[in-house]
Amino acid sequence: MDRTTLLPLLRIVSYLGLALTLVPSLLVFGGLLSLATYKLLMLLGFVCWIATAPWWINR
Amino acid sequence: MESAPTLSEQLADINEYEREPVPPGAVKGFRSFVGMVAGEHIAGTEFVIGPLFVLHGASASDVLWGLLFGNLLATLSWTLVCAPTAVRTRTTIFYQLERISGVRLVTLYNLVNAVLFSVTAAAMIGVSASAVGLLLNIEGPGIGDLYPTSPLWILIIFLIGSVIAVVSTFGFDRVSKFANVFAPWMPLVFLASGIAVLPSLGVTSVGEFWEAAETRIWTGVPAAGQTKYGLWHILIFAWLCNSSMHLGLADMTIYRYARRPSYGLASAFGMFIGHGMAWIASGILCAVALEAGNSAPSPGQIAFMGAGLAGAICVVVAGWTTANPTLYRAGLAVQGVFPRSKRWRITLAVGALATVLACSPAIVTKLDQFLGLYALLATPVGALVIVDIFVFPRIGLRSNLAEQEGLALNWSVLACWVVTVAICYGLYRYTAADFYFFMAVPGFLLGGLTYLFFAYVQQRYLTPTTV
Repeated sequence: MDRTTLLPLLRIVSYLGLALTLVPSLLVFGGLLSLATYKLLMLLGFVCWIATAPWWINR
Repeated sequence: MESAPTLSEQLADINEYEREPVPPGAVKGFRSFVGMVAGEHIAGTEFVIGPLFVLHGASASDVLWGLLFGNLLATLSWTLVCAPTAVRTRTTIFYQLERISGVRLVTLYNLVNAVLFSVTAAAMIGVSASAVGLLLNIEGPGIGDLYPTSPLWILIIFLIGSVIAVVSTFGFDRVSKFANVFAPWMPLVFLASGIAVLPSLGVTSVGEFWEAAETRIWTGVPAAGQTKYGLWHILIFAWLCNSSMHLGLADMTIYRYARRPSYGLASAFGMFIGHGMAWIASGILCAVALEAGNSAPSPGQIAFMGAGLAGAICVVVAGWTTANPTLYRAGLAVQGVFPRSKRWRITLAVGALATVLACSPAIVTKLDQFLGLYALLATPVGALVIVDIFVFPRIGLRSNLAEQEGLALNWSVLACWVVTVAICYGLYRYTAADFYFFMAVPGFLLGGLTYLFFAYVQQRYLTPTTV
């Protein structure tokens, strides 16, 4: 896969990571998610972000 | 075949323009500043300051209005005072002051700066270590301890300190890029933590927030043994806790790379996210911790409670992204004292000093006092540099007198600094003000006026070398 195809994919995963960081807290607030699951999803969000953002954010 | 450059050669090639104006080709775009200031002002210590307002019994409306106006004034101070001065000269505060005051006085100023920057970086390393210790189940020193409590704790401190020192060694570009990676993620962790724990305070809809804010978070009643904070405390804290950077012009080091003075507005991202939203979120987390029976929650505990492992990682990263530019500035300050030494070697040495200092937990607990003292010492210097650059040419006085006359010590600068700091310290004692920060604005105004007076007498009635 060449770089021009890969970078947009990496961006999508990064934004997914940010969404996983914020959205679960709103679900906890709305009573739709437990605190334990929320914390797990936040960690997953961090992994998605840190694994992909450094490849494109400073370009 | 040419051999690849060694690390030492690569580092030596990084030009940070320590003793010359930043050339037009090296200026940076707005985004570089957004990432850096957002990263720098979302520090692990936000998990200390937010709770401070809760523990000192600030009311909800005091916190809201104090943060709104205080952060607005801080942003304006960067935009209208610091950035225009930096863009005009494109030099560091250290080099600009040397041209005005002479090498002897700037040596003293640089050393004071280097020590206080190192202390700040050390505090960030300590806060980061508290989160790592929590994750690894290694008990750190208590708040009253002066020395580290275990070899493993020292090892954590040294590992974190090493990463920070190495990143800072690579200069502005690397520091800025490092911060950019984490800048979008960190504020979301703070925001999410604050939102997720609201149901623990009985808030399950937006409409219920204000009542809980007034009755369960910022109740207006101080914790046992704490003084009462009001609107002015919050406003002054938000405006002036970084006054050494904006009114004191320490951030000329950063904004000399700005294409336009308006890039000072980038500071709004640091202020309203880091010193607004993050302080509010950590205040909410503190209230939850207090209700759970923890009367003195640590930054690591608060973050872990609000966001689990991601929260603890956020505290570590927040410490890094604040300590990196701080060590970078400290390296430049010491570079002013030893101009022939390589900046990267100096930065590495200052990083080592900060790491050693971080072993003492007292550095973290007394951070507000260190920052306040720094504000008291730095704001008169910022004022005199502004007067020298912008006012002197208009009234026929000569700028950069020490450089022009070859003075090792410009006595009008020394007199201004000593007189202003002495008066402000007296004022601080007389009014029994809570923070040295309260003296930053009087120090700034008085610094400008006394320098104008002493320099006028010096240049009109005496020879420059007359003491």
